[in-house]
Amino acid sequence: MQFTSFLENGKLTIALNGEIDHHCAKQYIQSIAAKIEAYTPDICILDFQEVSFVDSSGIAVVINALRNMSQIEGRLMLSGISDQPMRVFRASGIDKIVEIKEAVS
Amino acid sequence: MKFDNYMVLQFPSKSCNEAFARSAVACFAAQLDPTMEELGDIRTAVSEAVTNAIVHAYPDELGTVTVRCRILKDNVLDIVVKDKGIGISDVEQAKRPMFTTGGADRSGMGFTIMESFMTAFELSSELGKGTTVHMRRKLSRRQ
Repeated sequence: MQFTSFLENGKLTIALNGEIDHHCAKQYIQSIAAKIEAYTPDICILDFQEVSFVDSSGIAVVINALRNMSQIEGRLMLSGISDQPMRVFRASGIDKIVEIKEAVS
Repeated sequence: MKFDNYMVLQFPSKSCNEAFARSAVACFAAQLDPTMEELGDIRTAVSEAVTNAIVHAYPDELGTVTVRCRILKDNVLDIVVKDKGIGISDVEQAKRPMFTTGGADRSGMGFTIMESFMTAFELSSELGKGTTVHMRRKLSRRQ
């Protein structure tokens, strides 16, 4: 698991990477929570552009990030989602509770 | 049941084998010339089934997970994911969306995804004996 993040004008962008499954989900959840706690951004964007695969563990990652942002009254957005992750998010209905921008498909 | 080809994988219930299992099944499925979407669906469903076995079947020890794939007639991929773990006490409850006995890193959406991504899905389990997920996906024939 690896990711890069940057903060600009209260907007925290976290670029996720590779395949998100149960094997790495816990680490992602903890690392994202730590970033949000450290920077308390107004908006957090999870960038999925470099994510090639997610399963339901990816849903848990998004839901936990949503919870972290709700606690500080901030917004969560997802961006750059490719076809396979998008199908998982749609099947789970997560696309209805989280703002999604720049969807590739 | 007639089949054209088959393969069997067996591995210990270590989480690093989740990526291996879904990739191996996708490689096997490639001979059916699936679309990217079909391949993605198969990878996802296998990942869910194998993850369940790894997380829930053997809570206190490592056990064996078996994945068997067969190619049936009419371009159907048949997948069985089997463990000999503790089993599921209430199968209907386990299948319910958002239900999980796992921690915050689990979403409870695994069975929902398997059911919606596969053309056929069956879950059977016996306490103390193990759990079997049987899935099928009919693949389109590309021109």
